[in-house]
Amino acid sequence: MTMVNLTINDKKVTCDIEDRTNLADFLRDTCNLTATHLGCEHGACGACGVLVDGTLTRSCLKFAVQCDARHVTTLEGLDQDAVMNALREGFHHEHGLQCGFCTPGMLMAARDLLLRHPNPDEQDIREALAGNLCRCTGYAGIVRAVARASKRLSDSKIKSGG
Amino acid sequence: MKPAPFSYARARSLPEALAMLGADAQSLPLAGGQSLAPMLNLRMTICESLVDIGAIAELLVASETNDHVTIGAAVTHAMIEDGSVPDPAHGMMRRAAQKIAYRAIRCHGTIGGSVAMADPAADWPCILLALDAIALVAGASGERRVPLDRLLVGTYETSLQQGEIIRAFEIPKLPPDARATTCKINRKTGAFADSIVTAVHNGQKSRVVLGAAGPRARILENASMSMAKNINGAALDQAISTDIAGMLPEDDAYLKHLHATNVKRAINEVMTP
Ligand SMILES: Cc1cc2nc3c(=O)[nH]c(=O)nc-3n(C[C@H](O)[C@H](O)[C@H](O)COP(=O)(O)OP(=O)(O)OC[C@H]3O[C@@H](n4cnc5c(N)ncnc54)[C@H](O)[C@@H]3O)c2cc1C
Ligand code: FES
Ligand code: FES
Repeated sequence: MTMVNLTINDKKVTCDIEDRTNLADFLRDTCNLTATHLGCEHGACGACGVLVDGTLTRSCLKFAVQCDARHVTTLEGLDQDAVMNALREGFHHEHGLQCGFCTPGMLMAARDLLLRHPNPDEQDIREALAGNLCRCTGYAGIVRAVARASKRLSDSKIKSGG
Repeated sequence: MKPAPFSYARARSLPEALAMLGADAQSLPLAGGQSLAPMLNLRMTICESLVDIGAIAELLVASETNDHVTIGAAVTHAMIEDGSVPDPAHGMMRRAAQKIAYRAIRCHGTIGGSVAMADPAADWPCILLALDAIALVAGASGERRVPLDRLLVGTYETSLQQGEIIRAFEIPKLPPDARATTCKINRKTGAFADSIVTAVHNGQKSRVVLGAAGPRARILENASMSMAKNINGAALDQAISTDIAGMLPEDDAYLKHLHATNVKRAINEVMTP
């Protein structure tokens, strides 16, 4: 067992945990933050995407002890985030989800794409989401949702002169 | 699945990491964890203690001289993709990094971890072998220089001893007129290669390396010689098939064809101006 101090969605958390606990289980079971999903637990499905110090991370491949003194952001922590809100609207409008299991990971990966690449084309979107598996939608709606969000964000930048 | 219990400690410096690994024969270094964590989760690897080397500043630096670039072992695929470190191969390493796994994995997975893991289909072992890289390996009794060809042994097997850490790779810069490419065939974006080839060509020197065929990446000697002599057509095809047949553990027509196609594609890219 190890005592860890970390910041999760801007809240300080101190906890005694087993070294082998992965970050995803820690978030879900200890912190009650259940937006982060676990599908494969070996890096293949992308459902467990979170940010560690702002960097996109598979939380099934990080142990919570590794995040001592770091800042972790989950989907719950991005309620007020402009890019995430544009993506939420896009997913809603374009039917980007059915069961919703993959959605948190899709949103995290899509936000990461839009921050690095504000005007992605369809190929860019498909490549950036290649590590996120969806068993329901067939991906077409998801790809359209991300394109819609990117368009909305660049339109609003033009309008606000930014 | 969940991993079996282990203990974890973060090392702050290279000497501290070497001491921690030296004190426990059952310990392993943990860099990005993008191979080790899945192996632990699937219980394909059992390890009693992990020494986290991912935050050691010495392993994160990159530098260059007139003739080579040194890249720290804990430099991530994403740092290479983003051009945050110098590229000794005219941008080829940068382009190749974009094709490794997915961004979330590239942000954590390291060049040192990838070589130490020695997956036969991994990208960096193939690329670094083609670029004549030397691994700078730190151990209890100092540092040794190990050319990639002697570091890579077999499937998930290197000549690293327990307790040793790759500190960095020293990679010669390609001359200005050299051309280099990496061609990767995989059925899904981000997956490990079904075939991976790095080809380098300039006036004096030519080299083509194939990975994902047999236990480790290898230089294709006959094909490299043919490239240097500007031989093409049927003679080049013959050289390529001889090399591939020597690498593949079994006589599989599909794999022979797949690798030959990829090797020809790479050679063609560097030989056509
Ligand atoms: C879904 C998925 C897809 C992937 N696709 C690809 C791909 O297409 N191509 C590819 O090349 N890779 C791929 N990878 C692997 C990825 O590139 C890993 O990052 C890399 O293989 C290991 O680097 P790491 O830093 O994560 O090492 P770790 O997982 O931390 O360690 C791997 C091994 O190396 C040892 N080690 C680590 N650093 C050192 C060091 N400096 N000195 C000595 N030993 C060390 C560890 O003890 C361990 O045994 C993929 C991984 C996943 C999960
Ligand atoms: S649960 Fe982490 S990638 Fe699938
Ligand atoms: S919506 Fe069900 S898995 Fe994607």
